[in-house]
Amino acid sequence: MRHIISILMENEAGALSRVAGLFSARGYNIESLTVAATEDESLSRMTLVTRGTDEVIEQITKQLNKLIDVVKLMDMHEGPHIEREMMLIKVRAAGPAREEVKRLADIFRGRIIDVSDTIYTIEVTGTSEKLDAFVGAITRTDIIEVVRSGVTGIARGERALHL
Amino acid sequence: MPDIRAFFWFFDFAGTRETKQVELTGAEIFVRSLVEQGIERVFGYPGGAVLPIYDALFQQDELQHVLVRHEQAATHAADGYARSTGRPGVVLVTSGPGATNAVTGIATAYMDSIPLVVFTGQVPTALIGNDAFQEVDSVGITRPCVKHNFLVKDVNDLAVTIRKAFYVAMTGRPGPVVVDIPKDVATARAEFHYPRRISMRSYNPVTKGHPRQIKKAVELMLSAKRPMLYTGGGVILANASSQLTEMTKLLGYPITNTLMGLGAFPATHRQNLGMLGMHGTYEANMGMHNCDVLVAIGARFDDRVTGNVDKFCPTATVIHVDIDPASISKNVKVDVPIVGPVDQVLKEMLKVLKESKKKPDADAQKAWWKQIEEWRDMDCLKYDHDSDLIKPQFVLEKLYEVTKGKAFVTSDVGQHQMWAAQFYKFDKPNRWINSGGLGTMGFGLPAAMGVQFAHPKETVACITGEGSIQMCIQELSTCRQYGLPLKIINLNNGYLGMVRQWQQFFYDGRYAMSYMESLPDFVRLAESYGHVGMQITKPGDVEPALKEAFKMKDRLVFMDFLTDKSENVYPMIPAGAGQNEMILV
Ligand SMILES: Cc1cc2nc3c(=O)[nH]c(=O)nc-3n(C[C@H](O)[C@H](O)[C@H](O)COP(=O)(O)OP(=O)(O)OC[C@H]3O[C@@H](n4cnc5c(N)ncnc54)[C@H](O)[C@@H]3O)c2cc1C
Ligand SMILES: Cc1ncc(C[n+]2csc(CCOP(=O)(O)OP(=O)(O)O)c2C)c(N)n1
Ligand SMILES: [Mg+2]
Repeated sequence: MRHIISILMENEAGALSRVAGLFSARGYNIESLTVAATEDESLSRMTLVTRGTDEVIEQITKQLNKLIDVVKLMDMHEGPHIEREMMLIKVRAAGPAREEVKRLADIFRGRIIDVSDTIYTIEVTGTSEKLDAFVGAITRTDIIEVVRSGVTGIARGERALHL
Repeated sequence: MPDIRAFFWFFDFAGTRETKQVELTGAEIFVRSLVEQGIERVFGYPGGAVLPIYDALFQQDELQHVLVRHEQAATHAADGYARSTGRPGVVLVTSGPGATNAVTGIATAYMDSIPLVVFTGQVPTALIGNDAFQEVDSVGITRPCVKHNFLVKDVNDLAVTIRKAFYVAMTGRPGPVVVDIPKDVATARAEFHYPRRISMRSYNPVTKGHPRQIKKAVELMLSAKRPMLYTGGGVILANASSQLTEMTKLLGYPITNTLMGLGAFPATHRQNLGMLGMHGTYEANMGMHNCDVLVAIGARFDDRVTGNVDKFCPTATVIHVDIDPASISKNVKVDVPIVGPVDQVLKEMLKVLKESKKKPDADAQKAWWKQIEEWRDMDCLKYDHDSDLIKPQFVLEKLYEVTKGKAFVTSDVGQHQMWAAQFYKFDKPNRWINSGGLGTMGFGLPAAMGVQFAHPKETVACITGEGSIQMCIQELSTCRQYGLPLKIINLNNGYLGMVRQWQQFFYDGRYAMSYMESLPDFVRLAESYGHVGMQITKPGDVEPALKEAFKMKDRLVFMDFLTDKSENVYPMIPAGAGQNEMILV
């Protein structure tokens, strides 16, 4: 199953490589990985998406917890949560296609953030599935560039990953 | 623009230091920190990046430095020191090749959860990343084989980092920690303060097992008909062999130890079935296979122990005590997990056991022991006593007798290691020192040096093979320098015997590269280092030679036993087989 794991780590040099190294050394798969500072400068927050059986996910969380720099982590799937990913997509939009692309962006609540005579750059935010659907809806040959942020997530309600 | 001096960092700029009274250099802080930490000895080898530290070591006498002949040996020696004392081993090596040479030893300690703190010199901070002379990314290279590592970029962080390094190495599941110190950090100055206590919000090892789980485990243990205790290196690391011994005797249950756990419960005690696993005894493996309650304590269900996990302990309910949650249910699904230090958990278990009205089922125990004794009667370790050739097993039996079972025994890796584990009966913990997880040939001799440093008055024997000993033979020179009276038992079968055995069994006797040609004359080699050399070729000479050697209390004696080349280690569970599918002879 697909799991989103959020990690609070000491904001030390090399923190990212410890996590990446763990995954490659133990043969776990990583679908996406994002890192950024938090409101507390001494911490960084990492969100990773991985896939595995329950046993594999259990080992992954145990091994992550074992990393000395990991302060706390949360498997988002242990409760209700919200997942978001952002995508910037540059699309050929000339002639009749121009109106069609705009319409699609509206349907997906995307925002056109850069415009030229023949090109739209659109920002779309949502679950990874929604972003996949948007990419799927656009004629393949019209896509010039896709950039995705990787998944981030947050638990609903009282449940929170903080110190 | 970095300081121009940085580009000539391999020269010392000792003359240009400014001195402020209260401040110490990083190098002095290094020395003071180790002394404050209670360290008496470091094993190391100098080089450009650590010159300032060596200069500080030269100017004091609280900390002894042992000069090895290869950095791998420094880590193994520190490791042997740690395994035989329970105290952390400390290593100091230079940047680049010094650090890479140390990696094998670091990985060896990592696999067996041994507390080491390894200090590596590094090029000055301004040059890091420049492909500077003798630069290597030590933190990067060692990351997968350390419990944790640090790069110290500011001299003000040095003391607290050293404190953290020892704390992390020694607590929880122990392991090696690397501290990388750039040369300019060693020469920069800072006020010295070594924190007595340290806490890290991201690292809080478990100190207590869950009481409810402990109760549940004890109840299960008491209701067992065919119980089995399976204990490992964790008992020794936790210094818990007295608790284990008390509990095992109280229950009257059979016990088996892993290769790493030998000595935690007396080998000569009737309840001990010996080692289990690939080269374990028939009774231990059959006991495992047929038990109904398995109590795993400080053992990690290694593949050398479980064999094919699908066939492992098919009828058992499994209790597992381990300080590392990641060890639990990693290879084998556990029914009653207890995360906690073995010593504390066993103390609690003993308390619950003593208070419990329920007692072990006497009838069931009688039947179970009857079965076990039948297995034991197979005498699975028997070998040919009438051979004209020296049997390696015979040498070990005699070694056990001559040393009265009291020696500290280190080993290299191969057949000789397995025979040592099978035939030398360890009644005490911390006396059997070998590389189990990584299986590092070359470990035995330097590890023995570390043991002898820690126990100058004790008898230390190193069991080795003609293959393994040549991987760190240069340390005979270190032994000479420090007068270490080791007894080296070279079981010379002229083969990489363990490899040859596999080739015989599984590759139709195609002995690819397992024959050791062009061996040195070990007697003259030992003599050239200033030691005593002996060659023993006849079974009748084994005991007298051992007696003579162990009488030489202040000399290193290298004993080259020419043994039967074709002898194999039995029993053996072939890879992929179950524990009840042993090759017996
Ligand atoms: C040639 C060769 C052949 C081998 N054949 C065999 C064989 O036949 N049989 C065999 O047993 N081994 C054999 N081995 C060794 C094997 O590879 C493993 O090293 C060994 O089985 C592991 O022992 P262990 O389970 O006791 O774990 P260790 O590696 O000693 O691990 C200790 C465990 O205890 C835990 N622990 C540590 N400290 C504490 C504490 N304070 N409290 C609680 N838990 C703690 C750790 O988390 C870990 O899970 C062989 C090795 C070689 C090189
Ligand atoms: C550094 C290293 N290289 C290779 C091996 C693989 N290996 C395991 S046992 C062995 C043979 C050891 O030969 P020897 O020391 O003569 O011992 P014997 O088995 O003959 O008793 C080898 C090559 C290893 N364990 N370690
Ligand atoms: Mg050999």
